[in-house]
Amino acid sequence: MEATGYVFKYGDNIDTDVIIPARYLNISDRKELVSHCMEDIDKDFIKKVKPGDIIVGGYNFGCGSSREHAPMVIKECGVSCVIAKSFARIFYRNAINIGMPILECEAASDAIASGDQVKIDFDRGKIYNITKNETYKAIPFPEFIKEIIQAGGLLNSIKEKK
Amino acid sequence: MGMTMTQKILAKKAGLSSVSAGQLINADVDMVLGNDITTPVAIDEFEKARFDGVFNRSRISIVLDHFTPNKDIKAAELSKRCRQFAGKYDIENFYDVGEMGIEHALLPEKGLAAPGELIVGADSHTCTYGALGAFSTGFGSTDMAAVMATGKCWFKVPSAIRFNLTGKLKKWVSGKDVILHIIGMIGVDGALYQSMEFGGDGLGCLSIDDRLTMANMAIEAGGKNGIFEVDDITREYLNGRVSREYTEVTPDADAPYEKVIDLDLGSIRPTVAFPHLPENTRTEEEWGDVPIDQVVIGSCTNGRISDLRIAAEILKGRKIARGIRCIIIPGTQNIYLEAMRAGYVETFIQAGCVVSTPTCGPCLGGYMGILAPGERCVATTNRNFVGRMGHVKSEVYLASPAVAAASAIAGKIASPDKIKGGE
Repeated sequence: MEATGYVFKYGDNIDTDVIIPARYLNISDRKELVSHCMEDIDKDFIKKVKPGDIIVGGYNFGCGSSREHAPMVIKECGVSCVIAKSFARIFYRNAINIGMPILECEAASDAIASGDQVKIDFDRGKIYNITKNETYKAIPFPEFIKEIIQAGGLLNSIKEKK
Repeated sequence: MGMTMTQKILAKKAGLSSVSAGQLINADVDMVLGNDITTPVAIDEFEKARFDGVFNRSRISIVLDHFTPNKDIKAAELSKRCRQFAGKYDIENFYDVGEMGIEHALLPEKGLAAPGELIVGADSHTCTYGALGAFSTGFGSTDMAAVMATGKCWFKVPSAIRFNLTGKLKKWVSGKDVILHIIGMIGVDGALYQSMEFGGDGLGCLSIDDRLTMANMAIEAGGKNGIFEVDDITREYLNGRVSREYTEVTPDADAPYEKVIDLDLGSIRPTVAFPHLPENTRTEEEWGDVPIDQVVIGSCTNGRISDLRIAAEILKGRKIARGIRCIIIPGTQNIYLEAMRAGYVETFIQAGCVVSTPTCGPCLGGYMGILAPGERCVATTNRNFVGRMGHVKSEVYLASPAVAAASAIAGKIASPDKIKGGE
């Protein structure tokens, strides 16, 4: 699996309240919900984001609430991967469970700038910065988690095992 | 090698003699929880996956607490979906308006959490039940759907930080100040993927309510769970609430703690977390002059009876400052009743506060106290992120019920000592 896109870069501790503010959590319609993605930190994000684009964060990305709406809106607006130095554990879990690709990589997070064009090779855990002609190596997932991702999420993997 | 308290519970629930940090396991769940925001997403996934039914109708709790009593039509639709699902599968612990309370205040009160149990919930503050010696942690809606169907959940066994508590809390200092102090010390990702395990002689001065507040905010340090050693205070709380057998766990003498932090409770002072992260903690001499517009006393962190008692002690016979809105939210119907019987509700209303039905409402910027641009609130809640209680240009200051009540009277962030002295 591969992905190529342009980067939206944010800092440390990007919390689920800025990814999707709780005031919108009464909305069941996914398209309407997605239109508020990243609204409280970057009003232009949703106007600019294109399928395949990549979000890069610092430490503790996705901290705060357990709302699955957070990885869900990021996935639904076409983002192909979130790269961060570290993820808050519930966000990490939710992303895997719904099949939203994420990668932990300090070097990539430090080196990549907003607007850089980046190509990701998920199988090898390689992040290639086309703009800067640099390659970074992400921490690979354990086999157990790879199985969930390959099945297309947690529920599919449970069904497969039955 | 020995195990931490968390590792012992996870090993037992996974049917293993021992586990170690980093190991991936599949464990049996004693209780799974969801609320009116996360459960509808879980129901969608549950139905999409076409599961045959729920694994155990008595081991699922659904609590309508975030946007209820329904704040608008969309919220009403979410509640309705939960109600229909609970009806269809005859969910035993379904709590609707009238019976409901804020989930993490309600479950312990109803005896639905006990030592040694494994509790998961589609709400990040599910870590609260560690106060009773349980392993409990938050997760997402897809996880909730999977557990409702199978009764099992995957975990990566966490490493742990041990907090050795000694000494005694000073007057007006509570569990909230202790946990804010700890988050200020280790940071919002200081316990990322780890357990925070609490023990030591200092436990004796921490009430169950103090411990629930502390375990509740383990997530605010990035923790997977917070867990307390069980003692007589725990047993007394459980007596009459939990009739089933439970297992108390203690850490092994050689438990592999990554870090051991000694904390003298007597050294902790009233602490406030300034915007926009819970780690931005300051003690009194660093507060400066911060005029405020609103005070909220409540939430799954601090909406319990002892929280209301402390607030009432400070507010009794006084008036809140002109121009301040003070919203007080008892965590459950029982806490509400108890507060009424004790005269706290009358104290609050005479002081100029409003008292609401139990709800998470303002804590997450849902309703019942939303802030306008530029407004500031001192809240006993758990998060002060950008836009958490309303407009992105509003500010939330996290504090104990004592500091919140004192601040309501002063019209600015204030120490209870300033209002009441050291009495």
